[in-house]
Amino acid sequence: MKTESVLEKVLTSGQLAVTSECGPPRGALPDKVREKAAMLKGYVDGINVTDNQTAMVRMSSLAACIIIREMGLDPILQMVTRDRNRLAMQSDIIGAYAFGINTMLCLSGDHPKFGDHPMAANVYDLDSVQLIQTVKQMREEGIFQGGDKILNPPQMFIGAAANPFADPFELRVARLAKKINAGVDFVQTQCIYNLDKFEKWMEGICDRGLDKKVYIMPGITPMKSAGMARYMKNRVPGMDVPDEVVKRMAGVPKEKQAQEGVDIAVESIERLKNVKGVHGFHIMAIEWEQIVPEIVKRSGLYPRPEL
Amino acid sequence: MDKFEPVIVAFCCHYCAYTAADMAGSKRIPYPPNVKIVRVPCSGKVDAIHIMKALEKGADGVYVAGCLEGDCHFKKGNLNAAHRVEYVKKLLDETGIGGDRVEMVMMSAGMGEVFAQTATTITEKIRKLGPNPAKFPSNRKAASNE
Amino acid sequence: MITAERKPLEEIIECIRPYDRILLVGCNECVTVCAAGGRKEVGLLASALRMAFMKEGRTLEITELTLERQCDPEYVEELVTMIDAADAVLSMACGCGVQEVARRYKNKPVYPAVNTKFMGASVSQGVWAERCQGCGDCILGLTGGICPVARCSKRLLNGPCGGSTSGKCEISDDVECAWQLIWDRMKELGIQDRYEEVMVAKDWRTSRDGGPRKIVREDLA
Repeated sequence: MKTESVLEKVLTSGQLAVTSECGPPRGALPDKVREKAAMLKGYVDGINVTDNQTAMVRMSSLAACIIIREMGLDPILQMVTRDRNRLAMQSDIIGAYAFGINTMLCLSGDHPKFGDHPMAANVYDLDSVQLIQTVKQMREEGIFQGGDKILNPPQMFIGAAANPFADPFELRVARLAKKINAGVDFVQTQCIYNLDKFEKWMEGICDRGLDKKVYIMPGITPMKSAGMARYMKNRVPGMDVPDEVVKRMAGVPKEKQAQEGVDIAVESIERLKNVKGVHGFHIMAIEWEQIVPEIVKRSGLYPRPEL
Repeated sequence: MDKFEPVIVAFCCHYCAYTAADMAGSKRIPYPPNVKIVRVPCSGKVDAIHIMKALEKGADGVYVAGCLEGDCHFKKGNLNAAHRVEYVKKLLDETGIGGDRVEMVMMSAGMGEVFAQTATTITEKIRKLGPNPAKFPSNRKAASNE
Repeated sequence: MITAERKPLEEIIECIRPYDRILLVGCNECVTVCAAGGRKEVGLLASALRMAFMKEGRTLEITELTLERQCDPEYVEELVTMIDAADAVLSMACGCGVQEVARRYKNKPVYPAVNTKFMGASVSQGVWAERCQGCGDCILGLTGGICPVARCSKRLLNGPCGGSTSGKCEISDDVECAWQLIWDRMKELGIQDRYEEVMVAKDWRTSRDGGPRKIVREDLA
């Protein structure tokens, strides 16, 4: 075991892990964080807390992680390299670890153009691969990126994102290999709707033996409506929603579409469970956290292991 | 102010509009004497600065007359001219002089009637717009009333 | 070259409104090539400004001059004979030229007439695109001759983000994904295997982050 992370414990035990996510509120509303986290209690092994997702200002991921940690749950600190330089990021990592947060996800983040501050400076002192490398170096060598020794270095279980569907597709396996070279421990993927293409990507991963080096958790997002399916298909960069999925959502009456979305999510998990190299699921129910327990239960992933 | 007679400068391509003007003359098709013709070897020879200088020196309107699309003797001089006229229009809008005082027109050498008709239409349009404000500043009258 | 674009006329007019005599100075280098501040543009701007002022019933005296290179003291020196006859200088050079004029003629106000944009190349007639950020530590040899610092919207050094779609960047269909270009070029060169070498965190001291930069060539200085 590299860290104290509950997620790491579950993954190394060989059982399928489950994580979910919680987007912090756009204001000083700690109860909102508690409310969302409480819905997930007992159903997941870690709660990702987004970092100014879609480049919109929200309560900081670190603050929301601390709130969740104080509830006795296991937050996963998401960190984008868009907003802060390496000084700020490393100090936040130490701060997080000081509060018992031991799992994090390293991302580059959406471009500010998409958010509420398109006029903001775009930092990118590091990219996501270099952030992974930095956190790994902090943990393994006990030194900062700049080379100085850290007193009580943070032991972070390191995650990264992967999008099996972005272009160039032929580079997608190599891109993951690069994150593995940099020192990533687990990977949560973009929402998977095109299961065939995901399986093809996984084959590429297994062919190179990369599945032995990293825990891969496909992202699952239940769709609430046919409108959401169409939006994700057409508007979200790097998202692959096959026509059959949109058709299936549109094929049921409006009031039953949410249920259909949950069914699709459960069926996807059932199918992907058997794919070689899949070690768990990352269920991102966007502003719909209350549905996560149902999905976890119906997918046979409940109860969560006590470790 | 007495009846306003606009001064209009027409840059006419030697291969088309200039010949068309000649034809209008020999056919005795009348067109307004306000239009002063400047012969150019190709409408593409007309630069933005020529149009600007014409206006600065007192013209109320300027147009560039080139060959029909695809007929330019130098392949695409007429299209280059059209782009420049567009550029000058924007610059004049920014200046407050108004981009509608300049135009790009296209015709062939045989279009004597079209030449005369274009000259008339543009003269009447500029007459309606009134004098070039750079020549007769709007606040000059106010100043003289003091 | 260094590229630039003329400022909106309204902004220029507001700057020079207090003055009657303007020295309008262009530059024969980069801004001439990118059609922003060469002799031609100086003539057009002078004409437009004169008309704008005439419209208000004012006569603006503009002296037009385009220097060989406005970022070089020896050429800026040429203004010495005419500077006293002007109330202010309006410069159509890049920011370097504007500052050189300001440095040389200390008691004369200088206003920029263009916005300096980027170091770029000509893509086609009338189109220029950013190519270099002057980071001070060139990595083009590692990235197939395409710069991710200047051309990736997130200046990612280790590959495309999840927003790369059909060769385009997530921020706009007008922007090519730099990493798609790099990858295509790596394939052309047969060096795909190099992609997986992690490019470590860049030392930005050689870039603007290290403070204003200077080059001293001792053999020439």
